[in-house]
Amino acid sequence: MNDLNEQNDVILHVENLSMLFGSRKTQAREMMAQGASKDEILEKTEVTVAVDDISFSVEQGKIFSLIGLSGSGKSTVVRCLNMLLTPTSGKIFYRGEDISAYSADELREYRRNKVSMVFQSFGLISHRNVLENVAFGLELRGVKKEERIEKAMEMVNMVGLSGWENKEITDLSGGMRQRVGIARALANDPDILLMDEPFSALDPLVRREMQFEMLSIQEKLNKTIIFITHDINEAFKLGNKVAIMRDGRIIQTDTPEDMTNNPKDEYVREFIDSADKSQIYYVKSYMQMPDCLIHVREGVQRALRQMRNHGVSSAYIIGDGMRYVGVLPLEAAFQVRAGEITFQDAIMKDLETTTEDTQISDLMPMAANAKYPIAVLDDEKRLKGIISKAAVLTSLI
Amino acid sequence: MHFPKDLFINIKKPIDNAIEYMVRNWGPIFDAISDGLRTMLFYIRSAVEIIPWWLLIALVFFAAYKTSKTSKKLSSAILYSALLFFIGLIGLWDMMNATLTIIIASVIISLLLGFPLGLLVAQSKRANVIVRPVLDTMQTMPSFVYLIPAVMLLGLGNVPAVVATTIYAMPPIVRMTSHGIQQVDAEVVEASKSFGATRFQMLTKVLIPQALPTIMTGVNQTIMMAISMVVTSSMIGATGLGSEVLKGINRLESGRGFAAGTAIVIIAIIIDRLTQSLGMRKEKA
Repeated sequence: MNDLNEQNDVILHVENLSMLFGSRKTQAREMMAQGASKDEILEKTEVTVAVDDISFSVEQGKIFSLIGLSGSGKSTVVRCLNMLLTPTSGKIFYRGEDISAYSADELREYRRNKVSMVFQSFGLISHRNVLENVAFGLELRGVKKEERIEKAMEMVNMVGLSGWENKEITDLSGGMRQRVGIARALANDPDILLMDEPFSALDPLVRREMQFEMLSIQEKLNKTIIFITHDINEAFKLGNKVAIMRDGRIIQTDTPEDMTNNPKDEYVREFIDSADKSQIYYVKSYMQMPDCLIHVREGVQRALRQMRNHGVSSAYIIGDGMRYVGVLPLEAAFQVRAGEITFQDAIMKDLETTTEDTQISDLMPMAANAKYPIAVLDDEKRLKGIISKAAVLTSLI
Repeated sequence: MHFPKDLFINIKKPIDNAIEYMVRNWGPIFDAISDGLRTMLFYIRSAVEIIPWWLLIALVFFAAYKTSKTSKKLSSAILYSALLFFIGLIGLWDMMNATLTIIIASVIISLLLGFPLGLLVAQSKRANVIVRPVLDTMQTMPSFVYLIPAVMLLGLGNVPAVVATTIYAMPPIVRMTSHGIQQVDAEVVEASKSFGATRFQMLTKVLIPQALPTIMTGVNQTIMMAISMVVTSSMIGATGLGSEVLKGINRLESGRGFAAGTAIVIIAIIIDRLTQSLGMRKEKA
């Protein structure tokens, strides 16, 4: 508000936005003015105060994360930004125009051209296939068929669904469905992307992938994104600016760094602290099978060939029944071939190993010193997979 | 304890008076309706009768073959066309055409009125409040009751039969249409709105296609209800299989009654299966 004048590139500006649900709003307003709590108001007037006097600005090309627990009013706020909900009071400016004063036609144009939305449970139309869903917004705008198919294909390719364009929505996994949702939103080439907990319905690995994807798309297209989430890690990872909501109010709006360094109150501090605690990931989710798996009988020649074929510098040696023997490093393999040491001696048998149910955070010290990906074994010393140093480190991002 | 006589009110007389008033003063309106329906029936009858018997059997064969599940395609196609052939064998083909004419006319009117009404009810709370009790009444009121004014206003014959059948058969299409529309995922509706859909676009591109399987179930039920009115409507002069059953009752001829009854059952089975698979096919797509 004060800084509005300093920054000319504010694309969306929300001023004193309030949203009440219920019929006796006037009475509720009076009680609010007298400083009554939300619970008191609900009890006396049956009016729910979903959003209570919120103001914020979003800059062009930035990601604005709005975070809060369920019921904090964040989804209501985002629905006011494209007038799916009409705010009880307050103003919303898009490039200086008050969208709450728009006529029905103006509002439709705004929705068709300026702002698109991505939904938590995707909101895809099940009787249309992937391409038809992506082209939906263009179709509503009356874009010609060839043109909209072309544009939709471009979007399908951008979100990495090439080859899936003629599939039915029911054939797609959750992550893929949300890619369709994002492609549909982008097809209209909007200035602003509203994302209402877009990745909450996805499992952690897919979510991570989608977050990365979204950042790379944003890099390419430079859209302004309003990102709603209840996951503080997600909010911090994606947001240039983060606003924390509680009980319909914004408690603090800041960059992730400033918020971490100077939390405004105890609630914000706890929220930030919860970030690390909630991050419990197990080795199981991040391990993979080694590219180069060699039976102890196969010998050094095959091990060398396999390492060369896969472009890796170590081979995992197993005995019968996948029983783990050790790691054969590339240098040692060359020494064996030169006749300097025996095959058995070349295998490093005393490297540290881990199990599937180990928490990744506990693996940190081991991973920091490990020269090779760590072998994951079960109780009977069978090799279940390996986990690379990189996998351990990225899980902490 | 008897209910005190002093409290009795007479509602029979006012209703009689109202009907009588309508007969006397609104005659031209009902004549127009009557003429319109008669013309409609004439064209449908002509269309039905222009189809040769063997062509209809062939059409049923292909329709059954197209719409059945892959494993039972041929057997169900043969079964349904054989059943239809049987109606011809027992000498009721022309009766069947007369009955089909009334059913087709009633179903067309029911769908033309019921489908838009269903859309309205789905989207307006006020319409819902008004229409729902009317539908309940239409479905639960014994059909004999409205046969009387139908005859008084429209005379005897196929025309009042179509009106009575329509009243009885319309509720399912209204209900299923509104039910189907209301069941469309709220987030899908929200998404369509957020992309700037007009009301009309929302209906034609999202709501109706999404609700289509349910709407098709309503169409199927409306047809079934219309078929079930065949005998009742023959009491006010509808021609066809229903009047055969009625004759059977009056003359105590069991054979005549059963023959016509069997033909009605066959028609019901064939139409039911064909329209049902139609709805299912849409559901998959």
